[in-house]
Amino acid sequence: MNWLGVVPFFVFALLFMLLPTAYLMVGAFQDAEGHFTLLNLVALLEPHVLSAYWISFKISMASSIAGGLLGFLLAWAAVLGRLPGWIRPTLMTFSGVASNFAGVPLAFAFLATLGRMGLVTILLRKYLDVNIYSTGFSILSFVGLTLTYLYFQIPLMVLIVTPALEGLKKEWREACDCLGGSTVQYWRYIAMPVLWPSILGAMLLLFTNAFGAVATAYALTGSSLNIVPILLYAQIRGDVLHNPNLGYAMALGMIVITGLANAGYMVLRSKTDRRSA
Amino acid sequence: MSAANKESRLGAWIAMAVGASYFLLPLIATFEFSLRMKRGEYSFEAYEVVFGDPQFQATFGYSIVMAIATILMGILLVVPTAYWVHLRMPKLRPLVEFITLLPLVIPAIVIVFGYLRMYNSSSIIPLTGSEHATDFLLVCSYVTLSLPYMYRSVDTGLRTIDVRTLTEAAEALGANRATILLRVIFPNISSAILSGAFLTFAVVIGEFTMASLLDRPAFGPYLQLIGANRAYEPSALAVIAFIVTWASMGLINVFGRNRRTLPTR
Repeated sequence: MNWLGVVPFFVFALLFMLLPTAYLMVGAFQDAEGHFTLLNLVALLEPHVLSAYWISFKISMASSIAGGLLGFLLAWAAVLGRLPGWIRPTLMTFSGVASNFAGVPLAFAFLATLGRMGLVTILLRKYLDVNIYSTGFSILSFVGLTLTYLYFQIPLMVLIVTPALEGLKKEWREACDCLGGSTVQYWRYIAMPVLWPSILGAMLLLFTNAFGAVATAYALTGSSLNIVPILLYAQIRGDVLHNPNLGYAMALGMIVITGLANAGYMVLRSKTDRRSA
Repeated sequence: MSAANKESRLGAWIAMAVGASYFLLPLIATFEFSLRMKRGEYSFEAYEVVFGDPQFQATFGYSIVMAIATILMGILLVVPTAYWVHLRMPKLRPLVEFITLLPLVIPAIVIVFGYLRMYNSSSIIPLTGSEHATDFLLVCSYVTLSLPYMYRSVDTGLRTIDVRTLTEAAEALGANRATILLRVIFPNISSAILSGAFLTFAVVIGEFTMASLLDRPAFGPYLQLIGANRAYEPSALAVIAFIVTWASMGLINVFGRNRRTLPTR
């Protein structure tokens, strides 16, 4: 009778997560009459849909790589940079807040900063005589959205990678110094081989995080930027693709991509777990 | 050696300074923008307009109710499950953990899309048929969203106490399962539950995707609507949202610290 205690949890997971998702996955392989078909998956290759996937992929890649590198740098500075003691806890608390400060309000904040009337835009024009909008920049573009996503991507990276950096033992550095190793050699042969699975794994998580995000992009760009979550949002609201089952196929495509990224993360994490065990 | 030290310290300061300006500038800019509503002077006019808007009060109130319902349902679902897995079914732990992490893999928009198809008004369980049923569905979607955070907090809490000994001691004194959970386990992991609760609150309060697609009058869709139609109010709302997030996270730290200062309890 032991299993009775976990029944509510599994029933909940089935009803509100697994079955609804499975419903869409099955629908992706059906036509309007419910017969098996692969045409929905083929339709994903339509230029409009394919370009949405491509732009989403690029934004997620750019924001996870940049967010990963910058987040790592910040975490490195806080953990190993010999800065005053208050900096690390402050950075961690702030990262907890900023990684959760996403969605619609984040879009507002960046419009007020880098939009046409934004503070930074105005200050640059007034004091440095630089009009960023004449250079082709727009907060509603690929670059603008990536820059906005970094606001939650960098803190997330800091939160994930700080424990890994704290795991680097002082003795390793000392041993390296005693043997005449340089800073570069220390990072190249000791620190990086230990850290890279954590760093790469964290970046994969950031990728998923950006790929599924709807609210920030929608509030920032309306439907002017053709990315997967926004196209799917429009499809759900009003069948803009004129094929309900193509919507299911798009959902399937999203899960496949985020699923692959997470599988990669789990493989890398099992690597780090084995090492620390 | 000392040259290398200085170098890394300088690099660290530069990294921190660049990071700090990237993170603080949007906050300053948003605040500044929110004060610009009256021409030629700074004022809190935008905040007065926002707080005086009945729509703001209604949607914010609605989202607070939804957040509290989510937290209660999340606790009722997660705590007994995590407790039972710790005590009796450790073999299930990887599976339960995997399921609780799924909401990070399956995008929210996909989950809610599934709801709309599976629970539409012509299905066996027509949860989108009436307002109250849809509210229930929205709470379920939020419990799903917050599952990774809630489960991890509670699981961490349970790891720090001796679940088995506490249970056996309570059983020896004649307590039944409900009493053990309510009067022994809950109080012992209350700070872990609270941090899960505040994290859930921060995630749910301004949530947009689920509420918008389920067509409920929540704070997230209201924010989006104001953003599309007004100039200065969105900045004021962003400042308010940031303060709410900050407060939730701050409360987690407060309760986490309490636990550390009372180690013998």
